[in-house]
Amino acid sequence: MRLSFKIEGGDFTQAGQASSEVKKVLKQLGIDAKTIKNIVIALYEAEVNIVAHAYRGTIDVEIDDKKITIRLTDEGPGIPDIEMAMKEGFSTASKKVREMGFGAGMGLPNIKKNTDLMDIKSTVGVGTELIMVNYF
Amino acid sequence: MKVSELVNELGLKVFSGEKGLDNEITGGYVSDLLSDVMGNARDGQVWITLQVHQNVMAIASLKDMAAIILVKGLEPNENTLQHSNNENIPILGTGLSTFEISGKLYELLNR
Ligand SMILES: Nc1ncnc2c1ncn2[C@@H]1O[C@H](COP(=O)(O)OP(=O)(O)O)[C@@H](O)[C@H]1O
Ligand SMILES: [Mg+2]
Repeated sequence: MRLSFKIEGGDFTQAGQASSEVKKVLKQLGIDAKTIKNIVIALYEAEVNIVAHAYRGTIDVEIDDKKITIRLTDEGPGIPDIEMAMKEGFSTASKKVREMGFGAGMGLPNIKKNTDLMDIKSTVGVGTELIMVNYF
Repeated sequence: MKVSELVNELGLKVFSGEKGLDNEITGGYVSDLLSDVMGNARDGQVWITLQVHQNVMAIASLKDMAAIILVKGLEPNENTLQHSNNENIPILGTGLSTFEISGKLYELLNR
């Protein structure tokens, strides 16, 4: 099964819509509650990162009987130092974004904690690709 | 304890999500950092916060939280209210500070 979503940078009103849709689908498929929780946390953070840090992006979700693979690609500034970005507390979020309660620098660490596989590739000035896999 | 009992016991204002007043409460979570709530809050908790924008509802719904309490007389944004009504997760309000309402909620849930 495949699902696909588009995200606009800066539009916080949309943040969470893909996560909510994927959560519904996984529930219908009878995936266990703990696994759904992990996936929802990771996907929400990944969605918010596109909204907060990139210009626009796409989410492609593929579900089979063993796993869910989520690929997020964006056009954006890219991440110059991924190792640094993965550190708890590191954030380049704007003041406005931080005032909303985002930008704690916990997003990528939360994604790492809640997925079985996580892979980020990024090109500065072009964009970022994040792949996350959770096994059922 | 149900959300409706909490409303009565703590004299909270109900802004929206009345259909969720029967939601069962398992505990509380206090944070204004959305990633912290996303990562660490649990099903059925009541979330105490000063954030009033609609992402708060998105998170409360993704996390299956029982209700939200806004502190210090803050009021939710219009689209936050709508989202709350759609998801049946009540948004409640108090004039008290985060410290005071958290203490009261803790005492009530551990009585
Ligand atoms: N899709 C992205 N495009 C560009 N930069 C990103 C992206 N995702 C993450 N980053 C960078 O990595 C940092 C850390 O991300 P994260 O841990 O989610 O924290 P936060 O989003 O709270 O800043 C961000 O502040 C940003 O600099
Ligand atoms: Mg983030």
